Amino acid sequence: MSSETQKILTTDGIPLEESLKKAEKKNKIKAFLLVCPLLLFLIITYVFPIGDMLFRSVDDRMVTNMLPKTYKAMENWDGKELPEEEVFASFYQDYKLLIEQKTFGKLATQLNYEKNGFKSILKKLQRKMKKFEDGNYKEQIMDVHKRWANVEYWRAIKRRAPEISYAKYLKGMDLIADEDGKIIQVSEERRIHRILWLRTLEVAFFVTLFCFVMAYPIAHLLATLPMKYSNLLMICVLLPFWTSLLVRTASWMILLQQQGVVNDFFVWIGLVTDDNRPEMMYNKTGTYVAMTQILLPFMVLPLYSVMKTISPSLMRAGKSLGGTPFVAFWKVYFPLTIPGIGAGCLLVFILAIGYYITPALVGGASGTLISNQIAFHMKSTLDWSFASAMGLMLLVGVLAIYWVYNKLVGVDNIKLG
Amino acid sequence: MALPKYTEIRYRVWHYIYLTFCAGVFIFLIAPLFVIFPLSFNAEEFLVFSEGMKSLDPDAFSLRWYEDMVYGTKNPWGLAAKNSFIIAIFATLGSIVLGTTAALGLSSRHMPYKGLIMATLISPMIVPLIISGVAIFFFMAKVGLAATHTGIVLAHIILGTPFVVITVTATLTGFDHSVTRAASSLGSDPVNTFMKITLPLILPGVISGGLFAFVTSFDEVVVVLFLAGLENTTIPIQMWTGLREQLSPTILAVATCLIVLSTLILVTAELLRRRSERIRGININ
Repeated sequence: MSSETQKILTTDGIPLEESLKKAEKKNKIKAFLLVCPLLLFLIITYVFPIGDMLFRSVDDRMVTNMLPKTYKAMENWDGKELPEEEVFASFYQDYKLLIEQKTFGKLATQLNYEKNGFKSILKKLQRKMKKFEDGNYKEQIMDVHKRWANVEYWRAIKRRAPEISYAKYLKGMDLIADEDGKIIQVSEERRIHRILWLRTLEVAFFVTLFCFVMAYPIAHLLATLPMKYSNLLMICVLLPFWTSLLVRTASWMILLQQQGVVNDFFVWIGLVTDDNRPEMMYNKTGTYVAMTQILLPFMVLPLYSVMKTISPSLMRAGKSLGGTPFVAFWKVYFPLTIPGIGAGCLLVFILAIGYYITPALVGGASGTLISNQIAFHMKSTLDWSFASAMGLMLLVGVLAIYWVYNKLVGVDNIKLG
Repeated sequence: MALPKYTEIRYRVWHYIYLTFCAGVFIFLIAPLFVIFPLSFNAEEFLVFSEGMKSLDPDAFSLRWYEDMVYGTKNPWGLAAKNSFIIAIFATLGSIVLGTTAALGLSSRHMPYKGLIMATLISPMIVPLIISGVAIFFFMAKVGLAATHTGIVLAHIILGTPFVVITVTATLTGFDHSVTRAASSLGSDPVNTFMKITLPLILPGVISGGLFAFVTSFDEVVVVLFLAGLENTTIPIQMWTGLREQLSPTILAVATCLIVLSTLILVTAELLRRRSERIRGININ
């Protein structure tokens, strides 16, 4: 018997297997086409721009493009002694072009980042260069200022030659590559970023902890109360959840100010005297209090949805088998709520670690977090490559947490309300 | 939750401590919203409860900050409200259309690389807003859409679609696909089947996803701060500026209006959720 006769054919005479495969493939394409518009939209407007951030954060072609001839001439220079006449001549030509294009100021700023003292000698060179004679540029440039005869400055220029630089990432961790390329810590008074990273982690950790401690009992209460009461109390959780973040921050600003309701209350119950009202805003306290209240619903909701599925008879069984209520809770109920705890904690932690608005408004100087620093560099210093680098460092952290979350709980378990 | 009569005294004490703690947390959650109400009717310019307010003197209350919000010459709330609503409505529509189609594809069991695609689609929800803001700003600046309504609407569609995708996918998990097959076998074309059969069944999910998208857009400030020019100011931007500079009672009047709005949205969302559970045959109790 040949294999041909064994195949089941459809009415069209095509083998059923093939026909099914075809249908399957068609369905696959259909499903994919439905997802396509959103996927393409997000890839173009969102995924690529994040990739663009990566590119910006390491892109260091600005100086390279401004001094093309100099870098070409520097290729053979070993960096030990002062460079040859050729390098000086090329530098003269590059710089002259920059002066004509009126972009020499940018070069001064960039080189000054690399080594202090460049700004003044470049300005001086610009003034003196008008009187330069052709030939022997090495002598003429070195005569402008004694720093031009210092090999350190030429090494600093050479260090900016590569088109890719990790300097921004190092800066984000308060590190810097010294003149020999060795990575060292920046001077004491400039170490600000590490403090910010640690503070961000600290705030995110404690806010998560506070949220957990407050959310667990109320989620339990909501899950065990009869429906008509729990629905009413659920409003207390859902109304803040749906209310504008700025409205909630504003209400905390009113509550926590020195003449505010909370301080009035403390004075009234005699905790503090009227002329000794504590400062509760524009510091870490304000950030903690406001962020805990704002993120609390994100902890309550996942916990509630898990607790809702736990049958009360389990606790009763635990107790009837001789456990005290505490033992029954700890051995039976608590382990069952762990998926909810995981979901809630990671959700709150991820949200807290990237928080920006509330710390900026109630945090003051000691309550600002890494996001505020990113926004500061985006809007004020316009050091976009540094903002990108820090943003990506934060993103890597968040993705790592997200990965753990996915392993432990599963992304599919995200529930909204 | 009354305790049984035989409960020992120490567990009774524990129980009342637990209830007191819960009451405290509920107050902590909801009370801040209610501070804003009375203060927005303050006749004075200060953001503290005046003696008159404490003794419920009618003269201590007024609607002047609401008048200022609506008619105030220097106040940009009118323009901000208009922009906010326009942007939020278009962003919601965009999110619903893109998110629902994607969710339909994702719930098909034929969908290849489901996990990876799902992760990409909901990534704007997981990535911290500040990073999304920076990335979206770079893109919009490059294509020349920074400081335009279109740019902000597109940005909010990015942020809003994950919610629609999640809620609609959740609705579709209980969806009986044989009804669409039945429709097709009776000669209905796919578009007709979708409009007449699928959409009415998944509508609660679509609308609640849409509500999330609307609130996300209406309340969004981080990305808008990067994107908006003077012309595109929105309510959150005005509130942000106001809170940074001078906490004025007018802001509280606006905040009160926003709380009323969010109460309405909450009620709608709750009703929809229950309806959806009823339709899908999930017993609430």
